[in-house]
Amino acid sequence: MIATSFTPVASLLGGALIGLSAVLLMWATGRIAGVSGIVARLFPPYEDREFAGRLAFVAGLVAAPLLVLVVTGRLPAQAIAATTPVLIIAGLLVGFGSVWGSGCTSGHGVCGLSRLSVRSLVATITFMATGIATVFVIRHWS
Amino acid sequence: MTILVQFAIGLIFGLGLIISGMSNPAKVLNFLDVGGIPAGTWDASLAFVMAGAVAVTFIGFSRVLKLPRPFFAERFYVPTRKDIDPRIVVGPAIFGIGWGLAGFCPGPALTALGFGSRSALIFVAAMCAGMMLARFIANLPSSARVAAPTDPLET
Repeated sequence: MIATSFTPVASLLGGALIGLSAVLLMWATGRIAGVSGIVARLFPPYEDREFAGRLAFVAGLVAAPLLVLVVTGRLPAQAIAATTPVLIIAGLLVGFGSVWGSGCTSGHGVCGLSRLSVRSLVATITFMATGIATVFVIRHWS
Repeated sequence: MTILVQFAIGLIFGLGLIISGMSNPAKVLNFLDVGGIPAGTWDASLAFVMAGAVAVTFIGFSRVLKLPRPFFAERFYVPTRKDIDPRIVVGPAIFGIGWGLAGFCPGPALTALGFGSRSALIFVAAMCAGMMLARFIANLPSSARVAAPTDPLET
């Protein structure tokens, strides 16, 4: 494992920005800032005409590190330990599970909990539990 | 105009992920590693990400949803379902396993693409394949009879 330091202030501030983004998206487009739903709807079958807006949102997500690089002159720490086979399996599970369960960390964890949605609460508790269990098995059972 | 606004909103989301540390899989995995609490390697930061995000969204949504309509759209598209069906447990259970394997969920994985990360590219490609597979299965006539015949992309 790669050690990381506890960053309560930066994390609270970054979290507030994520919340601000979710509120702005609801104000502008009337839609939930659920990243899995936004990405999944970039692929057919198409149910509405919001493709360009969704692509723009995703482009903003991808462009964020470039903005940080331009402003600060360097990129923040990012450490990915997973091997290629693990990344493929993990990606498939994350993609399938988030669509099957109608949302991910942003749609259920942030927007859903903020709307006091019972379905999102069930979803959030479930993915936290299996995420914790998975890391526990990998790190402490071997 | 709406396209530019949505790009800016995505940019704010991505900045939030970077500043909070959520775009770093090592930090996510150390948060999920509650077994690391005795050794002192547990990183509680992500609880603060959630707290900050939910606090702002809770207050913001309650105000925005009182408006007659969104600025660029006809109406609000807010999920209304309240039933607990098997999919709302099975889906997140599968999602959580993948999250715990690599430390990536969809938002941070996309932002990691902007870091020029090859690992993120592999993950995102597999994630998109998984999403298409789930939508394909959800739209099969046979599964529509078993599961609730609603849009799988509720959020």
